[in-house]
Amino acid sequence: MTRKNRRAAFIVTSLAILGLAVGLVLYAMRDNIVFFYSPSDIAEKDIGPGQRIRLGGMVEEGSLAHSSEATINFRVTDFVKAVGVTYTGILPDLFREGQGVVAEGHMQADGSFVADTVLAKHDEKYMPPEVAESLKKAGRWKEGEDTPMPEGAVKP
Amino acid sequence: MIAELGHFSLVLALAVACVQMVVPMIGAHRGDVAMMAVAQKAALAQFALVGFAFVVLVNAFITSDFSVSLVAENSHSTKPLIYKISGVWANHEGSMVLWVLILSLYGALVALFGGNLPNVLRARVLAVQASIGVAFIGFILITSNPFLRVVPPPFEGRGLNPLLQDPGLAFHPPFLYAGYVGLSMAFSFAIAALIEGRVDASWARWVRPWTLGAWTALTIGIAMGSWWAYYTLGWGGFWFWDPVENASLMPWIVATALLHSAIVAEKRGALKSWTVLLAIFAFSLSLIGTFLVRSGVLNSVHAFASDPLRGVVILGIISFFIGGALALYGWRAPKLKAEGLFAPMSREGALIVNNLLLTAAGAAVFIGTLYPLFLDALNGPKITVGAPFFNMTFVPIMVPLMILVPLGPLLGWKRADLVAALERLMGAGALAVFVCLAIMGFISEAPWLAALGMGLATWLVAGAFSELAARISLFSSPLSVSLRKARHLPRAQWGMAFAHGGLGVLVAGVVGMTAWQQELVTALKVGESAMVGQYELTLEKVGMREGPNFEALVGVIGVKKDGKDLGFMLPEKRRFPVERQEKTEAAIRTNGFADLYVVIGEDNGQGGYTIRAYVNSFAPWIWGGAIIMAFGGLVSLTDRRYRVGAPSRARVRAQPQAAE
Repeated sequence: MTRKNRRAAFIVTSLAILGLAVGLVLYAMRDNIVFFYSPSDIAEKDIGPGQRIRLGGMVEEGSLAHSSEATINFRVTDFVKAVGVTYTGILPDLFREGQGVVAEGHMQADGSFVADTVLAKHDEKYMPPEVAESLKKAGRWKEGEDTPMPEGAVKP
Repeated sequence: MIAELGHFSLVLALAVACVQMVVPMIGAHRGDVAMMAVAQKAALAQFALVGFAFVVLVNAFITSDFSVSLVAENSHSTKPLIYKISGVWANHEGSMVLWVLILSLYGALVALFGGNLPNVLRARVLAVQASIGVAFIGFILITSNPFLRVVPPPFEGRGLNPLLQDPGLAFHPPFLYAGYVGLSMAFSFAIAALIEGRVDASWARWVRPWTLGAWTALTIGIAMGSWWAYYTLGWGGFWFWDPVENASLMPWIVATALLHSAIVAEKRGALKSWTVLLAIFAFSLSLIGTFLVRSGVLNSVHAFASDPLRGVVILGIISFFIGGALALYGWRAPKLKAEGLFAPMSREGALIVNNLLLTAAGAAVFIGTLYPLFLDALNGPKITVGAPFFNMTFVPIMVPLMILVPLGPLLGWKRADLVAALERLMGAGALAVFVCLAIMGFISEAPWLAALGMGLATWLVAGAFSELAARISLFSSPLSVSLRKARHLPRAQWGMAFAHGGLGVLVAGVVGMTAWQQELVTALKVGESAMVGQYELTLEKVGMREGPNFEALVGVIGVKKDGKDLGFMLPEKRRFPVERQEKTEAAIRTNGFADLYVVIGEDNGQGGYTIRAYVNSFAPWIWGGAIIMAFGGLVSLTDRRYRVGAPSRARVRAQPQAAE
């Protein structure tokens, strides 16, 4: 095998593997991306039931309820709009009312959200960046504040 | 006073690192031996100074000196000693000091044991290593001083995130950092080689053990992190394709590729410039990993309360090192002349395919991890790329690689006989097909992908064994001859067999857990039972238990299988009053082939407790496989060719000249 052929073999193999990788990435990008929405976004946009999304915001105070067995209901709010969430399972350790949360799942036809994964923030100083931004957009939270302010709340 | 000494010591370390960066580099350029010799002393001094600062910081944590702001923020006097110590690196500032400590330790090791390196190369390597030190010590001093005081000092600290108070996680960062920073050595060697415009066998021989050591540490660190996530996060999974996990996986993948290409560079003098490029990529990905994890752009347990300035400075450092290295590469790489011609069907050819597939897999992970951030930076929609994406890209690229793993080592250098290699793998292939068919035949609910996956795992393990058997002529010569051959087989050979076999065990674990996991989510009142797999779980009692710095809700769960009593499992939900946080402690019962995994949740307000239980088939094999792989790395590291001062048995190589 000549030097030229060897080089050709090498280039063909590389291109084949590169092509495989690019093809796989593009194909997977098509329908394996999950978009993040705040409750206001959900109210504005029409999100089809069954489309996998992430919903982020604050867990509304007093909204947490155990319905039956291991199923839990709570509402996620950005203090403008709120969405009811149903989740079956054990909530993460840092899940609490009045704190940030990100839930992954899909919308139901009745406007509620069924989550199969619930992510809470990892420590008390920290706010999931997506949630922080959507709250900032809604004008309810500024960098450096401990907790976002609900409508009409007075800071102690 | 002591804390100020620590701070001062870091300032001195920065000054020493500046000297170490400049003087030996000029010395190497001019051929001035005295100037080059500065490198060794400076490297040792830098290590001593950073080491002192680190000891001061550890001391502040152990003695709970709350006048130091970092200790007050992250520690508490009732915390067990081990978590006081691990608290040192469970925060941004302290973890950066650990990072720099490991960096300077490696520099000191080159200074001490690099006697067989050419003078010029050693001086340049240490100078490049020092430049990384300058950047990071400077970063600590400017944006993240760990020795800041608080006035007045609080009486008690704020405690440590309970999720981090865990034996699995206490030593996860040091291993991961040992790996990340270990790749800095490969990087320094690569830059030194580019400056020199020359890569020879002794260069590759030095890069290999550093990469191997870094790879071993990374393997252990990643496995520890995944094991921790498995039993603490209570989701019963082992890998979530979380960006933070990917940040550690990417350097691992590229380090694996580098490990293999450095073999070609050492043995055959080919792939030199590619090896240099991989070394640059591997460390660049370590830096990117550090940035992603520490800057707070990702939502994770690693992101400490962040300060935007830090992110910008780290980004600047990364751009400088990656951009500079690639520019230097573009300028100098054409000077690296390849030798060692080979046919496509050869060990070199197989290793090239290995490298291509690994880099493609690394690129897929890179795109999936950074695309959302990229989109966000452009103010595009906020998206998440989760497990399905990686399952569709990473897995299909890795499968052909794994099919080729047993074949590669059986091919000869330069030009190989494919048929002879395949003949040696007949046994392994037959066994793999048998396992595959047996699973399809006997386990009715087995998905065919799982059967194929198990076949692949068998192929890897049996293939690793076949390779060893071929080397020691097992079965084809008397046993005593084989045993003698086995004793004289280089350690690296054994190491490779363990690493490749361990990969097979890991694949079996991943396939088994993915295909046959059984899940139960329910609420139980005391006295009620539920079934998961073949196990009957009964909530016998719920009580409280006092720990050193927490109180725990303990569920006493009786386990029965086929009517036989197997005793109790005690999952806990711990409450840490100081940190006002909770932590799930799963109860896991294993028989080596499957885990029974039980988590208890909160009172559901109706007298019941949420119980989540899994039967995770083959789960222990995942971490078992990773440990076998890391063990292979360690065995290989003890190969006599790497041993310092051992006479080289390979052919004598020309001594490089002292200066250009």
